[in-house]
Amino acid sequence: MLKTFPKGGVHPKENKFSVGKPIESIDLPKQVNIPIAQHIGAPSESVVAKGDKVKVGQLIAKSTGFVSANIHSSVSGTVIKIDKILDTSGYKKTCVVIAVDGDEWMETIDKSSGINANTDISADDIRKKVAELGVVGLGGATFPTHVKLSVPPGKTCQHLVINAVECEPYLTADHQIMMEKAEEIMIGCKLIQKAIAAEKVLIGIENNKPDAIKHMTEVAKKFDNIEVQALKVMYPQGGEKQLIKSILNREVPSGGLPIDVGCVVQNVGTAFAVYEAVQKNKPLFERVVTVTGKSVKKPSNILARIGTPINLLIDAAGGLPEDTGKIVNGGPMMGKAVNTDTVPVTKGTSGVLIFPEESASRPEQYNCIRCGRCASVCPMGLEPFQLKNMSKVKMYEELQKERVLDCMECGSCVYTCPAGVPLLDYIRLGKANLNKILRSKKS
Amino acid sequence: MDIILNTLIALSVLGVVLAVILYVVAQKFKVVEDPRIDEAEAMTPGANCGGCGYPGCRGFAEACVKADSLDGMFCPAGGNDVMKGIANVLGMTAEEKEPQIAVVRCNGTHDRRRKTSDYEGPSSCAVSAALFGGDTDCAYGCLGLGDCVDACTFDAIHIDEESGLPIVDEENCTACGACVTACPKDIIELRNKGKKSRRIYVSCVNKDKGAPAKRACDSACIGCGKCVKVCAFDAIVVENLCAYIDSDKCKLCRKCVSECPTGAILELNFPPRKVKEEKPAEKTEVAN
Repeated sequence: MLKTFPKGGVHPKENKFSVGKPIESIDLPKQVNIPIAQHIGAPSESVVAKGDKVKVGQLIAKSTGFVSANIHSSVSGTVIKIDKILDTSGYKKTCVVIAVDGDEWMETIDKSSGINANTDISADDIRKKVAELGVVGLGGATFPTHVKLSVPPGKTCQHLVINAVECEPYLTADHQIMMEKAEEIMIGCKLIQKAIAAEKVLIGIENNKPDAIKHMTEVAKKFDNIEVQALKVMYPQGGEKQLIKSILNREVPSGGLPIDVGCVVQNVGTAFAVYEAVQKNKPLFERVVTVTGKSVKKPSNILARIGTPINLLIDAAGGLPEDTGKIVNGGPMMGKAVNTDTVPVTKGTSGVLIFPEESASRPEQYNCIRCGRCASVCPMGLEPFQLKNMSKVKMYEELQKERVLDCMECGSCVYTCPAGVPLLDYIRLGKANLNKILRSKKS
Repeated sequence: MDIILNTLIALSVLGVVLAVILYVVAQKFKVVEDPRIDEAEAMTPGANCGGCGYPGCRGFAEACVKADSLDGMFCPAGGNDVMKGIANVLGMTAEEKEPQIAVVRCNGTHDRRRKTSDYEGPSSCAVSAALFGGDTDCAYGCLGLGDCVDACTFDAIHIDEESGLPIVDEENCTACGACVTACPKDIIELRNKGKKSRRIYVSCVNKDKGAPAKRACDSACIGCGKCVKVCAFDAIVVENLCAYIDSDKCKLCRKCVSECPTGAILELNFPPRKVKEEKPAEKTEVAN
């Protein structure tokens, strides 16, 4: 019997069309728009000006606090302007616009293809490098990695849990990285393990990727204390609290962090980015993006430079299908539709999904009959229909009591609602407003 | 017979005893309330709109009675008459305030501000604003989903189907400010009502640079500053590429209205101009 988390969860149709497609690079774009706020936390501050020449991997925006991340140029060329450009958030955000000229990398980056397995580096240096080279969580939440690698005093970490479940349907980027870069990932895991002084590394992979489980188990044998665990397919197993519950059967307390139960969770893509940063000195300026959809001609896993407009990725995957109704940035469950196909790829873009018109629109809405399906699938044990009503009538104290802040916006409730009620839209609004109130109370 | 008699006696005794207890308790825990609170409350409109900042009309009356002076206390729904009444009751003086009215600072009608994407989520401005900048290229403009209409307790604001913008009903609007707080885009502003309800204001809050602002909406303020130059009373400032007219300084000369190249400055309730200046007069028709 395979392990999974016990409470709630859904199992949407997987539709992993791009599975097994090798990671391919595409031609460099003529121009990139690199947003200076690509992570959770304080937005970075641009350190380049119009007319500056930049190289690949050069720092273009500096972090402005502990919870913030550096941003590096993904191309070489000239900064044309620093302007507000529509990005995946749906709003115009400050971007550094660079006209591409050749492909000249910083001399410090090790471009050799060999694997550097020498992990003789101190924990402090690992953290420093990860922070300096702008590594953030690549699962989609883009939380600065160096923050997670700094275990707060008084807490100890026993397990490093690597999230390789890729529970979102359609996405295959992590799967493909595991197939192609397993050894690098293992070294990355070792580095993270060292930085947080964890005893053991546990890699959780869902059972719908048997080839990845086999391959990773093989490679893990070469390393000490790395164990691969197969898990039952269940969304949202990639949520860190769910993953810890699945693998270790430990429950993170409400409002707490994984470190409270002696764990740190990192995405498998992040482990690879840590490897590249620490061993190859390569800043995070490119990532693997799954470009897929039912009518997409050539579903692919593309290694894209940050700031590339997503229409170039779509072109590489065979062009925009005629019946396109919606383009989604991220996975189908947690991703967000974009207003235009020119938004740039950011550090959090795990996928570009193209939905045909017939499946792109919201279902017709009926009244809630309190059937309780949303409550039964909520992995956090919340009551989404109640939270939605409270949010609608601005009952923020009650919302807090009902632990709305535990909601991770996985979308299981909306997915399962037979009446098509926009539960998550209102819950998200309630969360945002409650957070605002709590912040204003603090200050 | 005995049963009935006994019951009657027992109940009567019980009634008397309880009445005595109730009387004693009522005397002991008597709450003395200032009778002026009731009088002041009777003066208020009783709409409980919250525009004064207190929890309902009684809350406002209590606050007025407790306060040393009526400075800073104002009932927007009732206006100066109510404040005078309350001042009389309390033997204080209330400062006169110019009557205000809600003004929607967006003129991006459907034909001026083209749609660039479709929104099909819940019909709520707050939800839509949390999701993205809006279904047009202007991320500052009205979303037209009617959060202000839901917030209004006086039935004074409605979405016009043709233009997709809210229209303020001058008769009903009390300037309570509920719509101002409800609007996630901060488009609605309380402005002085002006003589004969005549007002001039910049009907745009777009802070983008001129070119993208104009591309997104024909009547966007592009921050060109022509109105600032033409204004003889220093009433206009351009901040963050968007003009703003100070209604205290504005003398309603209407020079800026004809100067504005995009027609972002609106005039309300003015008599039509002479024939040679036909253009600005047209604008009043689409104004709120």
